Amino acid sequence: MNDKPILEVRHLRKHFDGTGVLEDVSFAMREGEVIVVVGPSGCGKSTLLRCINGLERPDGGEILLDGARIDGAADLVKVRRQVGMVFQSYDLFPHMDVMGNLTLGPVQALKQPRAQVEAEAEKALARVGLADRAHALPRQLSGGQKQRVALVRAMLMHPRLLLLDEITAALDPEMVREVLNVVLDLARDGMTMLIVTHEMRFAEAVADRVIFLEGGSVLEDAPPARFFHAPETDRARQFLASFEFDAVRQPPKD
Amino acid sequence: MQDLAILFRGNNLRRLLGGLGVTLKLSLVSVALSIALGLVVGALMTLKNPVLKAFFRLWLETVRIVPQLVLLFLVYFGLAKAFNLQISGETAAVAVFTFWGAGEMGDLVRGAITSIPVHQRESSAALGLTRAQCWRFVLLPQAARRLVPQAINLTTRMIKTTSLVMLIGVVEVLKVGSQIIDAARYDAPQGAIWVYAAVFFLYFIACWPISLAAGRLEKKWS
Repeated sequence: MNDKPILEVRHLRKHFDGTGVLEDVSFAMREGEVIVVVGPSGCGKSTLLRCINGLERPDGGEILLDGARIDGAADLVKVRRQVGMVFQSYDLFPHMDVMGNLTLGPVQALKQPRAQVEAEAEKALARVGLADRAHALPRQLSGGQKQRVALVRAMLMHPRLLLLDEITAALDPEMVREVLNVVLDLARDGMTMLIVTHEMRFAEAVADRVIFLEGGSVLEDAPPARFFHAPETDRARQFLASFEFDAVRQPPKD
Repeated sequence: MQDLAILFRGNNLRRLLGGLGVTLKLSLVSVALSIALGLVVGALMTLKNPVLKAFFRLWLETVRIVPQLVLLFLVYFGLAKAFNLQISGETAAVAVFTFWGAGEMGDLVRGAITSIPVHQRESSAALGLTRAQCWRFVLLPQAARRLVPQAINLTTRMIKTTSLVMLIGVVEVLKVGSQIIDAARYDAPQGAIWVYAAVFFLYFIACWPISLAAGRLEKKWS
């Protein structure tokens, strides 16, 4: 890890129809760092990721990638070639098989030779346990398989930074694990990732830093050990308590 | 039963086939123009410009509410009366059917494009594809799959509706049929049923392969 930030967000502000979703968000991220963004729903987590990838236009503040300010539509295509994003609903292209989905970006956007991309894609599929699904259509895959394909699709662009927007939120519990294992694997390889998730135990395992977003502002920015076990704000304590169910059942009386 | 013979009397069969030729020519020219214009119109319909929107709305409502026959009369007789503009029945027919077809086709194209989830656009943008690449590789192939069965459906409807043009003096397959019936009114009074059966059969062999193709594509792409 070097100390030059790969991503800097300064005083980011985004409003929808007059209501503030992001009020004032600032943080910086170094290469190889994994930051997990948590917070109650509607706190602006997804909007933050969408602003970084240019899917939403910020109303104020600035976003710097490798020290250069992201500005204007011409930049966005370039930015998106360096910043990968995976969505909650996988969003594979339904009319293409898995291999078609994987090669589209590298071949068309990066102009890499198809044979080379296909060879790389096959290796990557094998790594996530989908070696035999290269020619399946998305609708023939389970949710967990689709999401693993979506992760591979983003990774084949060799992004400098990967944004994961609640990628397990639409999955059945038994499929969550197989997807999160892939993400843990990427973290081990040193991939720089900004992750929005509701899986607190996963967040604790994967994060170098946790950002707690509430009401459009950063309330805490701390290493996971501190955030999950000794949060500084009451609001964070309440939020974390909402994931506990111990209080529901009384211990047996006898 | 012996009146069936009028189909084969003289050159009647050839005349009927000739009439079918006129029907198909009018249909195919109108369909081809409708598809070409409809693609452009449909793309324009997805824009959010309020003036364009109102214009297309008015157009679409017109072709849906006004019977095709009224449009044919308006163009064929109306132009002659109002502007002393004489156009042939066939030209009037192609104009009306294209006006109708392009509006309907445009709406089908619009529907095919807007029914693609916005996420498809976003995930291709997130892959670093340009707008043009997104249209070419992601949006248009999916729109085409949704569009083709409906476009084929519209085509068969247009072929059938061309039977109206006999009322503005175009001699197509149905008109030839009634000419044959009229000519044999006295010596083959039961001929009408056979002539109409033949016309039915000719429409059927023109439209059936097209419906069949639509069904196949629908299954393949579902």
